[in-house]
Amino acid sequence: MSEHQIQTVINGQNVQARIEARLTLSDFLRVNVGYTGVHVGCEHGVCGACTVIVDGRAVRSCLMLAVQAEGATIITVEGLTPQDGALHPVQRALRDAHGLQCGFCTPGIVMTLAALTAGDERPSAETLINALSGHLCRCTGYQGMRRAVKALAAGELTERDHS
Amino acid sequence: MSAPPTAAGRYVGERVLRKEDTRLLTGRSVFVDDVVVAGMLHAAFVRSQIARGKIKSMDLAAARLLPGVRAVLTAQDLGPYSTQLSTFHMRDVGGPRVRPLSVDYVTYVGDPVAIVIAESRYIAEDAAGLVLVDYEAEQPVVTIDDAKTGAPVHPAWESNVAAVDQTPDNPDFEKIFAGAAHVVTGAIKHQRIAQSTMETRGVLSTPHGENELTIHIGCQSPHAAARCISLTFGMPETHIRVIAKDVGGGFGLKSQPWREEIAAIAASMVLKRPVKWIEDRLEALTSSNAAREQECTVRMAFDGDAKLLGVDVEYAINNGAYPHMPDAGSAVRLFFPGPYRLRNFRFKGHGWHTNTVGLGGYRGPWAMEALARETVLDIAARRIGIDPIEIRRRNLLTAADQPFTTPTGIPMEDVTPLECLDQLLKVFDLGAFRAEQAAARAEGRYLGLGVATYVEPTAAVGIDPLWSDVAQIRIEQSGKVTATLSTHSQGHGTETTMAQIIAERLGVRLEDVSIHQDDSTRGGFGPGAAGSRQAVIGGGAAIKAADILVEKIKRIAAHVLNANPDDVRLEAGLVRVTGTEEVSRTMCEIAQIAYVEPHRLPADMEMGLEAQYRYRPSSYFTHASAAHACIVAIDAETGFVKIKRWICSEDCGVLINPAIVEGQIAGGVAQGIGEILLEEMSFDSSGNPTAVTFKDYMLPTEADVPDFEYIHITTPSKSVGGFRGVGEGGIIISAPTLVNAIKDALTPFNVSWEHIELPLTPSRIIKFMESVAA
Repeated sequence: MSEHQIQTVINGQNVQARIEARLTLSDFLRVNVGYTGVHVGCEHGVCGACTVIVDGRAVRSCLMLAVQAEGATIITVEGLTPQDGALHPVQRALRDAHGLQCGFCTPGIVMTLAALTAGDERPSAETLINALSGHLCRCTGYQGMRRAVKALAAGELTERDHS
Repeated sequence: MSAPPTAAGRYVGERVLRKEDTRLLTGRSVFVDDVVVAGMLHAAFVRSQIARGKIKSMDLAAARLLPGVRAVLTAQDLGPYSTQLSTFHMRDVGGPRVRPLSVDYVTYVGDPVAIVIAESRYIAEDAAGLVLVDYEAEQPVVTIDDAKTGAPVHPAWESNVAAVDQTPDNPDFEKIFAGAAHVVTGAIKHQRIAQSTMETRGVLSTPHGENELTIHIGCQSPHAAARCISLTFGMPETHIRVIAKDVGGGFGLKSQPWREEIAAIAASMVLKRPVKWIEDRLEALTSSNAAREQECTVRMAFDGDAKLLGVDVEYAINNGAYPHMPDAGSAVRLFFPGPYRLRNFRFKGHGWHTNTVGLGGYRGPWAMEALARETVLDIAARRIGIDPIEIRRRNLLTAADQPFTTPTGIPMEDVTPLECLDQLLKVFDLGAFRAEQAAARAEGRYLGLGVATYVEPTAAVGIDPLWSDVAQIRIEQSGKVTATLSTHSQGHGTETTMAQIIAERLGVRLEDVSIHQDDSTRGGFGPGAAGSRQAVIGGGAAIKAADILVEKIKRIAAHVLNANPDDVRLEAGLVRVTGTEEVSRTMCEIAQIAYVEPHRLPADMEMGLEAQYRYRPSSYFTHASAAHACIVAIDAETGFVKIKRWICSEDCGVLINPAIVEGQIAGGVAQGIGEILLEEMSFDSSGNPTAVTFKDYMLPTEADVPDFEYIHITTPSKSVGGFRGVGEGGIIISAPTLVNAIKDALTPFNVSWEHIELPLTPSRIIKFMESVAA
C-alpha cells in the first residue's frame, strides 16, 4: 500500500500527515486528526452525514480520499463554531426549529447549509430544501429542518447569537 | 422561530429548546465511534456468504500472518465466552441457542463465523478477506412459504415453527360469520424492514482490573445493556460499566447487545485488550436483525348497520434464523381489537424460522394490527356502501362505552379516538375535498383521502421489565440541580423533557437542571427506550422524586423562617413565604443549611437535599389515541404517489414539550411513509440480501415527506403527571392512513384490494390500475 505526504489546512490549522493512499478523507479527519463531528453513516455517499467543506464546497468526505485533499482547506463542523462559542446561523436555525433528534446526521446537514449560505450567498428556500434532499435523517421526518431552512432563506438568522 | 419565553416557572407544556442540541450541532457529541482508548484494537467479522451449510474447515493462517493482525478468533477460541446470549426480556424466552459466533453450521448470509482483531479496521477487513471457509452448502429456506415445507433451519428441531400464538377456541365463532350481513376479507404481505439507524451498531469494550469491563455501546438503555452482558457472561452487573452518551437512533434494533457486540466484548476479554467494533452499512443491511416481514389475512363480519360482529385473523411472521425473541404475533393479537366495540375475536399466528438474518424489534412491533384492521375496515366500508369515516363512527368506543375490556383483555378506560377524529374533521373539510376529488377525476387526476384511527398502548405495554423507572435528584450546595434518571435517549430529548418536569416542580430555572442518563453505574436500573414508556414512567419518577425534595425544602424554610410549611412556595429559584413581605431564601441558601448547617434543620431531619423514587404506574397500559388523515395524488402515467397533505390529531395526555411530541410523531409518520412506498429488505432465492446499500434500500428523503399538521387533545392519563406515550403511534397509524388514501385515489379502477403486497411502488400501483383496465 503506497503512502503519501499531504499538507492541508483543517479548521484553520496546518495539518501535515503521511497516509495510505486508500485512507478516506472521513477516516483521516476522524481518526488521524480527531474531528469526530464528521459522522460516517453509509460510506457510499448516500446519507450525507460525513459532509465537510473542502475549498468552499460541501463534499462527502467518505467518497474522497485523504490524498485528494493535498493543498486543500477543509472545515468540519467543529471549525464552523467560532472561538467565542456562538452558534453559526445554520446551527441556530436548526436548534430553534427543533431540526434534529439523535443528531447523527446533523453535522452533515449543517455543513451543506453552511456551504450554501456562506459569504454573501442568499439562496432561496427552494435551493436549500433541494440540498436537504441529499441528506438522510431517520428521526425527524425533515420537518424542523425545513422550518430552519425557510427561516435561513428569509434572512431571519443572519446575526450570530450568543446563547 | 425562537421558542416563546415561558411564563414564570412553567416549563411543562412549553416548546423549550433542547438541552442536547448545542453539543450535537457543534460536533461535541459522543457517539460510540468517537471514543478512543489507549491500545484500542479494531474488529471485523468473517461472515458466511451462503445462507445455509456446514462449515467443513476454516483456513485462518494467511489472515493471522498479515502484519497488524493481533488475532483471528473462532467460536472455539472464545472458550468460555462463547456463551448463550441473553435478551431484552432478561429471562428465557425460548428459541434456538444463540452464540456470538457460529461453530460448525451457518444459517444466513452474514452469519459471523470468526472475528479478526487488528491494529486498524482497514487491516482487520483485509485479514477477514484472507480467511478461507469451506462450506458444504445446503438448500436454504428463505420465505415463510419455504419454511412451511423446507428442512428445519435448526437441524435439531422438528420443524421451522419458531412460535405459535392463538386465542382460545370459541365454538360459536363460525356461527357469527355465517349469520353476518357482510363478511369482508383482506390480506396484506408486509416486506422486511431494516431499522436503518443513522448511527449503525457499535461497541468499544475495555477490560480492566479483575474481571471488570468498561463498555461504550450503541444501546437503548445502558442499564439494560449492562444487565444483558452480565447475564450473558455470568459476571456481576456492577463489574460492567456501560456508557452511552449519544446514540444515533435505536428504533428497537439496539434494545439488547446481539451477536457482534457480544463477540467483540468476548474478544476483548480473551485478548485482555480494548476492542472496538463499528458496524458498517453493508453489515447493517445484511446482518443486523431486521423487522416486520409478515403475512396477515383478516375476515371481518358486520351486521346490517355496518357494526362489527367479529374479526378473524391469520398471521405469520418470518423470524429468520436467530430472532431477538421468537415471535408469532402475541402483541399483534393483544392489540388487534383496538379501540372498537368488538366482542368476538379469533387469532392464529405462526412464527417461522428461515435462513435469513433474525427478526428484531422495530418501532411499533405490533403495528400490523392497525395496518390490517384499518385497511380492511376501508374495504368493508366500500363494500357496504358507506364512507370510511362513517364505519369508524359506528364502531369506535365512545366515552359512554368505557370502561370496556377488549376481547383480548385490554382495559379501555379513557381512550379518545372519536374525539381525535372529530377534531380532525373540524380542520379538514370533507365535503370540499370530495368535490375537488370528483373534479380532478373528471380531468384524469386521481386524488385520494385516507383516514385511520387507533390507540397506542404505551408505558408498561404489558411487559413486566418495562414497568418502572427510577429518578435520583440532588440539589447541590451551589443550588444547581442534578438528576440521574434510568431513562435513555437515542434522540428522544429526555435530557430536556425530564429537566422541564424537574425544573417546574422545584421552581428553578431550566438551565440550572442537568439530567444524566448515560452511565449504568450512575443510577438505578431502567429498561430505557421501549414501548413509548419514558415520558409516562420516567416523567412520573421525576415528579415523585422532586416532590420529596419540595416537601423537605418547605420544612427547612419554614423552620428557618419561622413559618408554616404550607405557606412556603418554590418559584424562580427562590423559596418564598406567602403572606410576609418578601421573606425568601435562595435555593443555594437552603442547600447550604441542608448540607453544612445541620443545627438549623428541624431536629428529626436528615442532612442533605437528595431524593430517590422508583415509580410504577398503576395501569399496565397507558393508552394514547389518534386519528390521522392524508391526501395523495397518484400520477396515472407513472404510478407515483405524491402526498399532498397530512393531519395528525392525537391525544397523548399532558404534553411535556409539544415540539418534542411533534418530532416523535413526524419521525414515525415518515418511517411509515417509507414502509408503504419505498423500503424493502429483499433476498434472492438463495437467501442473498439484494438491498445492501442506501441506493437499493430506499429511505424516505425530504422530498418524500410532506409538512405535517398537528392537533393536540390533552386528556390526562391516570399516571402521575398525566402523560401518555407518543413514541410509536406515528409509524403505526401512518401506514394504514397512507394505504387507505391510495385505495381511495384508485377507486375509479375498481381494484378489489383483497391482496396487498408492500411496498406500494409505482410499478405495483400501475399493475393495480392495469389489472382492472385489462
